[in-house]
Amino acid sequence: MPIHEKSLIRPENLREQENLVIEGMDVSGHWSTFIESRAVTDYNEALQEEIAALPGGENIHRCWQCGSCTNACTVNAVNPEFNPRYWIYLIRLGMEDELLRDKDIIWQCVSCNKCTYACPRDVVPEGVMKATAHWLELKGHTPKSPSMLFDEVFAGQVIKTGRIEDGLVLRDFFKRTGQPLNQPWLVAMVLGLVKRFPLAYLIKLGIATIRPDRTRGWGRARDAINEYAEEVEAQNRKALGLGAKGAK
Amino acid sequence: MAQDMKHKKVAYYPGCALEGSGHAYNRSTKAVGKALGLDLVELKNWNCCGAMEVKNVDPKIQTYLSARNLSITEQMGFDTVMAPCNGCYHNLKKAEYDLAHDAGSKEVNSRLSQKAGHKTYEAGQVETIHALDWIKRSIGEDGIRARVKNSLKGLKIANYYGCMYTRPRHIFPEKDQGPGSESTAKPHFMDDILAAAGAENVDFPLKTACCGGAHTLSDSDTSTKLVLNILTAAEACGADVVATECPTCHTGLEMHQIRAEKVLGRKTNIKILYFTQLLGMALGLSAKTVGVNENFSDARPLLREKGLG
Repeated sequence: MPIHEKSLIRPENLREQENLVIEGMDVSGHWSTFIESRAVTDYNEALQEEIAALPGGENIHRCWQCGSCTNACTVNAVNPEFNPRYWIYLIRLGMEDELLRDKDIIWQCVSCNKCTYACPRDVVPEGVMKATAHWLELKGHTPKSPSMLFDEVFAGQVIKTGRIEDGLVLRDFFKRTGQPLNQPWLVAMVLGLVKRFPLAYLIKLGIATIRPDRTRGWGRARDAINEYAEEVEAQNRKALGLGAKGAK
Repeated sequence: MAQDMKHKKVAYYPGCALEGSGHAYNRSTKAVGKALGLDLVELKNWNCCGAMEVKNVDPKIQTYLSARNLSITEQMGFDTVMAPCNGCYHNLKKAEYDLAHDAGSKEVNSRLSQKAGHKTYEAGQVETIHALDWIKRSIGEDGIRARVKNSLKGLKIANYYGCMYTRPRHIFPEKDQGPGSESTAKPHFMDDILAAAGAENVDFPLKTACCGGAHTLSDSDTSTKLVLNILTAAEACGADVVATECPTCHTGLEMHQIRAEKVLGRKTNIKILYFTQLLGMALGLSAKTVGVNENFSDARPLLREKGLG
């Protein structure tokens, strides 16, 4: 698979030259300046430390930019702008503004771990992607991504009852993201389900969405996890120099 | 004929998916176990492994979730737990690795286990195996060949393993250990089992490609493209069926096969079946017993044509 690197030609770097004559030759038209010379004064020197402080980002300092992660990446094959190697480079240099250009796609990492498999330096790029997405949200650069909303719906249900019920997760997630349930592909699936599943099992599934299965005696585990989760959240916010949750 | 008595009776961790969308996998796994004379003892009061989601809230909570299940396995007197779902299997393996190598995970597990009021699981007490390991170790290819009643002869299969069965490599220390062991780059246990049942495996390059399962609902367009890629590749390889060994992959392939047709106008005809459904039918079980009617991609006409089920 070819390596798709990020395009260096950006719209703001295109210049229109109406009357450009060099050594007697007319070279008027659109020119890309590729990279304009400039003094970068907006480094965030704490960027690498902040990402490293969040779960998954711990090994970012080990990267030596071989690009195996991007070459192996599932999402990169679908969208060439998705480039873990480049983001790790920007984070390590502290180039926050450059990183923020891609803030709306970093959450799209599918956790296939092909990068982690290919990485010769144990950077765990998959973890770095999750830490970076988390950082973007905590810092308020992006709203909560659909992926994070799904994680919260899912984790909320696991912590509450000890188990997951597929239909309930789907319903809660669609509700939280404001999506209608009557999408053509979903309707086709449900109709298929009704047609093929044994009636007794359909009834069981229906009951499960109203009264989901629980792990018996889960209460103490639930309380312990909730208490720990609050601690972790406070720790993460502190590492990023943010106040307690709710306080601005 | 059994090669390994140790795996005749193992602890069974079905996980949430097998009680919901992966019901047919649960049903066919149990039916295959029964047909082969293998005992599965379900973990008492098991909990969700956290799948691909809880780790994004905090990885150590996810480690604890699996450690609790391993602790139950140990308390029930078993040293082996079998998980047919790649997600559950992966998370049990990952917890085992983290508890052996990461002091922080160990400490959080011990703290949460004490507060939850159960024994703290220590690494090294329980071995986690996949349903593929379970069949390979307890019966093996020779055992399957001797028991086949209805050969899968003439059925062309693309074996699809997904991500969580092989990656990341370090949590699967028993893989890549030379002849007889599973390969993380080119897994073959499902190929071996189905070949012994008479099927013809096609050379399928996307065995460990990703179906986008983690974002199946939160980034559906990406998942649909990834699944379409897998299904069209399997068809191009000449396969009639994609065999699966994970409920998330299986549901993802089925759901996005429908979604690709509705949203992208790209129809694929390949059928998607759990390897346990295929193996069960080869062992003489009916299509209904292994829950073929519960799959979205209707394989029944194809199976009838091939004289199966």
